[in-house]
Amino acid sequence: MTREIAVVAFAQTDHRRTSDELSEVEMLLPVLHEVLDRTGLRTSDIGFTCSGSSDYLAGRAFSFTMALDGVGAWPPISESHVEMDGAWALYEAWTKLLTGDADTALVYAYGKSSPGSVRDVLTRQLDPYYVAPLWPDSVALAALQAQALIDAGETDEPALAAVAARSRADAGANSRAQLRGSVPHGDYLVRPLRTGDCPPIGDGAAAVILAAGERARQLCERPAWIRGIDHRIEAHSLGVRDLTDSPSTRLAAEKAGAFARPVDCAELHAPFTSQEVVLRKALRLGDEVRVNPSGGALAANPIMAAGLIRLGEAAAAIHRGESDRALAHATSGPCLQQNLVAVLEGDPR
Amino acid sequence: MPAVLKAPLVVEFPFTRSLGPVQSAFLTGLRERVVLGVRTGDGRTLVPPVEYDPVTAEELRDLGGLVEVAPTGTVTTWAWNPEPRRGQPLGTPFAWVLVRLDGADTALLHALDAPGPETVHTGMRVRVRWAEERTGAITDLACFEPYDGDPAAPTGHTGAFEDPVTGIVAPARLDYVYSPGRAQSGYINALSGRRTVGERCPSCRKVYVPPRGACPTCGVATSEQVEVGPRGTVTTYCIVNIKAKNLDIEVPYVYAHIALDGAGLALHGRIGGIPYDQVRMGLRVEPVWTEGGRYPDHYRPTGEPDAEYDTYKELL
Repeated sequence: MTREIAVVAFAQTDHRRTSDELSEVEMLLPVLHEVLDRTGLRTSDIGFTCSGSSDYLAGRAFSFTMALDGVGAWPPISESHVEMDGAWALYEAWTKLLTGDADTALVYAYGKSSPGSVRDVLTRQLDPYYVAPLWPDSVALAALQAQALIDAGETDEPALAAVAARSRADAGANSRAQLRGSVPHGDYLVRPLRTGDCPPIGDGAAAVILAAGERARQLCERPAWIRGIDHRIEAHSLGVRDLTDSPSTRLAAEKAGAFARPVDCAELHAPFTSQEVVLRKALRLGDEVRVNPSGGALAANPIMAAGLIRLGEAAAAIHRGESDRALAHATSGPCLQQNLVAVLEGDPR
Repeated sequence: MPAVLKAPLVVEFPFTRSLGPVQSAFLTGLRERVVLGVRTGDGRTLVPPVEYDPVTAEELRDLGGLVEVAPTGTVTTWAWNPEPRRGQPLGTPFAWVLVRLDGADTALLHALDAPGPETVHTGMRVRVRWAEERTGAITDLACFEPYDGDPAAPTGHTGAFEDPVTGIVAPARLDYVYSPGRAQSGYINALSGRRTVGERCPSCRKVYVPPRGACPTCGVATSEQVEVGPRGTVTTYCIVNIKAKNLDIEVPYVYAHIALDGAGLALHGRIGGIPYDQVRMGLRVEPVWTEGGRYPDHYRPTGEPDAEYDTYKELL
């Protein structure tokens, strides 16, 4: 049996450098309420709940269980959690709805990077034998990839700066974004990447609601149907990969049906400017495709939520009638190690 | 609004990890100043070596086997790090590099000690600088350094060692500044005035102590502060017979769930001022504060008659 499944609502917080005054569940609650309000659903109406977060970001053990307070998880509900970006929680929820076990799903993700040093925190996801003992931070690894692209003639520093400037200019229309408008490109953080090539560090949360078939049409005027979704991963060792390419993105896109027909809009999860260069090539996106009209991860990068936000932004563009066929991408790990691609469509107008 | 509470929080752990046969050989090799790779089915040499082929997933140990490569190689990409961070290989500005060692088909991540970014380029030749003290870890390779000689010749090592390392201890430390959020800050601030406050759910009216900002039954935010206690009722308890490290309390003692008057759920605390074997469900207690204490040291009997079971059965 094949079921049609759609994103029917999306909400996100304002993304900010710090949110000291709020616990994680306190940051998350307004977003949960907003996304439910959009559909008229209550938490008790939701068939399946799935979340994505990482305790390492804020250093709070079992913070995801505390976050469950926000969805009314007592008495127990059908729920799951991934220690991954919320885009992968959405993938799990999508499979759950495909089985017919549930008709609606709430997917949320949050990240509070402000309490810790996120560049160091992210080293803990690396190979613990050969790599993590060297503490190579996330900017350093992205810079190795950027230099490889420059050496290959695929980009140069002015082109990367242009990606940054376009993203933050587009974010001017996104009141939720953390970096908007004109942002100085700054000094080298790890050469060849300047501060402007790197995402802002901040706190934020996002949530979407999925629904199947007729239920989706009841809950949303123009559902964003998930026509295909797939995720693929590459070898963990950076030295065996061609850092100038992303075969996992290309394969996920192929499996998701992205190449069957052109998309009009793409939300790419490229926290570093150089990664947009890799993704555009892997996804064969031409200049006619609007890339990251929201500003993307260069404008707001709440870790663990930024990928889900790409899916949410793409869906919201369809809800608003600004897109008919959109591509959404999420990434995880160093140098685009793991990639998820979804193709979303609205009903013909 | 009172100032946001903050406190330093250090998460520190020495991870002890066992090694597989290939990792063991590679790290033992570094200890002995030998760099080993592993050969794949299609004849490539992977450095650093892994147990399984990243493309075919074949087990490599018995397929192509270990093979020595040279301690010299070529930079395949680099990134200049002007501000080294804690734990990184060098304390002075350096280049991160991926280096393809002579004889290898893949690249190894490490640091390159070079005077400045203008001296580094992709394609430059480098060689291993060994650490003076080596234990069988990736850090036995102190870093790379620029090198303009011929490729060094491997010694012909087989990859078999007399005293192989079988594990590593990898210390990890992350520093945070913890802030407990709105609801818990309110709770902690009230405690400093020797009061206990919870928050009431606007939907089901239950009072949560300590408050976490949300009602887990209704899934809505709580905000109305409610002072509870100071007296309460023991709803259930246990007798602790094992002395905890760094805790100066005579065993056996009683640890109990205590429903403070007005609270919708019980919190826990130690019961004192009464022999351990006389504590019972329904016992009425009150907090005992010590000078400078930020929370009640323990609870003691009030002397009131015991509470009826029906008054606290929903709070068990």
